[in-house]
Amino acid sequence: MSAREEILARVRKAVAGAGDVEIPRHYRADRQGGDLVELFAERVDDYRAIVHVVPAAEVPGKIDECLGERRMIVPDGFGREGGWHDVNTADGVVTNCAVAIAETGTIVLDHGPGQGTRAQTLVPDYHLCVVRADQIVPGVPEAVARLDPARPLTWISGPSATSDIELNRVEGVHGPRTLEVIIST
Amino acid sequence: MSATFLGMPGSFPENSREAVQNSQLRFNLRKATHTIRDKRASVVGELPDWQELRAAGKAIKDHTLRNLDRYLIQLEAAVTEAGGTVHWARDAAEANRIVTDLVKATGETEVVKVKSMATQEIELNQALAEHGITAYETDLAELIVQLGDDFPSHILVPAIHRNRSEIREIFLDKMPHVSADLTDDPPALTEAARLHLRERFLRSKVAISGANFMVAETGTLVVLESEGNGRMCLTLPETLISVVGIEKLLPSWRDLEVFLQLLPRSSTGERMNPYTSMWTGAVEGQEFHLVLLDNGRTDVLADEVGRQALRCIRCSACLNVCPVYERAGGHAYGSVYPGPIGAILTPQLRGMSSELDASLPFASSLCGACYEACPVAIDIPEVLVDLRAKAPHAAAEKAGMKVAGWILNDHERLARAQRAATRVRKLVPKRLPGPLSAWTDTRDLPEIPEESFRDWWERNERA
Repeated sequence: MSAREEILARVRKAVAGAGDVEIPRHYRADRQGGDLVELFAERVDDYRAIVHVVPAAEVPGKIDECLGERRMIVPDGFGREGGWHDVNTADGVVTNCAVAIAETGTIVLDHGPGQGTRAQTLVPDYHLCVVRADQIVPGVPEAVARLDPARPLTWISGPSATSDIELNRVEGVHGPRTLEVIIST
Repeated sequence: MSATFLGMPGSFPENSREAVQNSQLRFNLRKATHTIRDKRASVVGELPDWQELRAAGKAIKDHTLRNLDRYLIQLEAAVTEAGGTVHWARDAAEANRIVTDLVKATGETEVVKVKSMATQEIELNQALAEHGITAYETDLAELIVQLGDDFPSHILVPAIHRNRSEIREIFLDKMPHVSADLTDDPPALTEAARLHLRERFLRSKVAISGANFMVAETGTLVVLESEGNGRMCLTLPETLISVVGIEKLLPSWRDLEVFLQLLPRSSTGERMNPYTSMWTGAVEGQEFHLVLLDNGRTDVLADEVGRQALRCIRCSACLNVCPVYERAGGHAYGSVYPGPIGAILTPQLRGMSSELDASLPFASSLCGACYEACPVAIDIPEVLVDLRAKAPHAAAEKAGMKVAGWILNDHERLARAQRAATRVRKLVPKRLPGPLSAWTDTRDLPEIPEESFRDWWERNERA
């Protein structure tokens, strides 16, 4: 018998006669409204990321200000010309996102247009992410509902960090050590 | 890691006797577990629906386990459809052989690894080393353990037993290019780890990971982490091999909405961990292999009481609240799964034929703090008690229990035994002799009264 057949047979034997289980879903989901921009900004700031809340018209200027002289990767579809191409020598990357979560201060990239590849948003030490106010959802259930599992997804909550030394969060291991977020309202 | 857990001698009481004498270890553990406990309580308290999430998490896992065959087949189809290759491994040896062959086929002799309990459980690094393949751990704590030639002592933070100055010593000793003026400041230590691993990430062609979750409906794998080492390993190499226990399955995409709330808050005490990666099949040109691991899990599944241990999402909240773990530390458990969850998982996965494994169900005061903290409501005390009954017992204890059972089963016999005991009460020693001394080593014998309650009652009723 193949390993596959044997494991499946063992599973069937192990649970034979056991009753099935109903799944109660009485937790919060499908929430609407509330000041999500303020909550999201506060929660991102809690991770010691840098947050700016800016009216949509002023976003391009704010991006220029943040980028300064950095050699930045500008992914296809971001809507800006130029940019650096080699991830290993770039100083940073600027992207959009797919969804953002207010309650947890999380940005989710699905690496679609304007969001770069997974490597582009990982190797450079600085990540500037532009989040539109209408992309912010209240909590995790609302975000999961909006995402496409067929795409690779990267959930980002603050800069790279570790809790491995005496269980205190310290920023800065292998991912971008600086995360800056512009919320476009 | 050259050290190996399998075949570790001793028993939990022997191992912990040494550990509790180590004041540095006790200090490190106390500080770390209390830090994380407070953080966890605060972020769990923020969610008004924590108990509802916990109930859903428990039910989703139980439903999955009940229908595990169906969901495994569905997962296999979805991963294959998305360009991945699925392998099945009955035990550790088979899983190690599959992974070794896959690495050999790439022609590489070095692999980078994402922290993974499953690959520790099967001792993959040692198996690869036997075939000339070097596995580099990239998680900071795993790196500390690997460089220190040490054992992991915690599920989430394998180097929890080390403080910052001990970590500095290990880095100075084992990292080739580290500067002698490295301080023990945690940011300086993480910077040293970053520089140490950077080149390796960019160079490696093969990565090995585990996964926190697999979604049957979509074939998606999910890895939660903090440092970005996981993202490096999952993203940059040309070949990715994931070794995942068959119980890590979730039926539907939607189920992630429950577990992505339960796990970060329970484990690191954060609203969300810094990075979570999700991928479905072969992504961005990468070759992807999934190795589904049984290794004793179907035996656990067959036990009606013990099977709830398979709900575990490896958050380690039970370790951080356990008074026994806090004092004994993780090494005393002699397994990659220490603490309360280890005390029920290890003896079920490995059986109780060794002295160590048979002693694990007794490594608890049954205070129940683990059950309270568990995000999927595993009743650890219930399983511990069940395993204690199944554990091998000394012949003297078994005989004693048999006699006690015979007497207690009949009120006339009990009354006669009580009267006999009161007559010889002055002669009963404080500690029992011979093989019975095992009982009184850790317990006081009860004082025998001058008269039993039954006799007293009878005398006063008559009066």
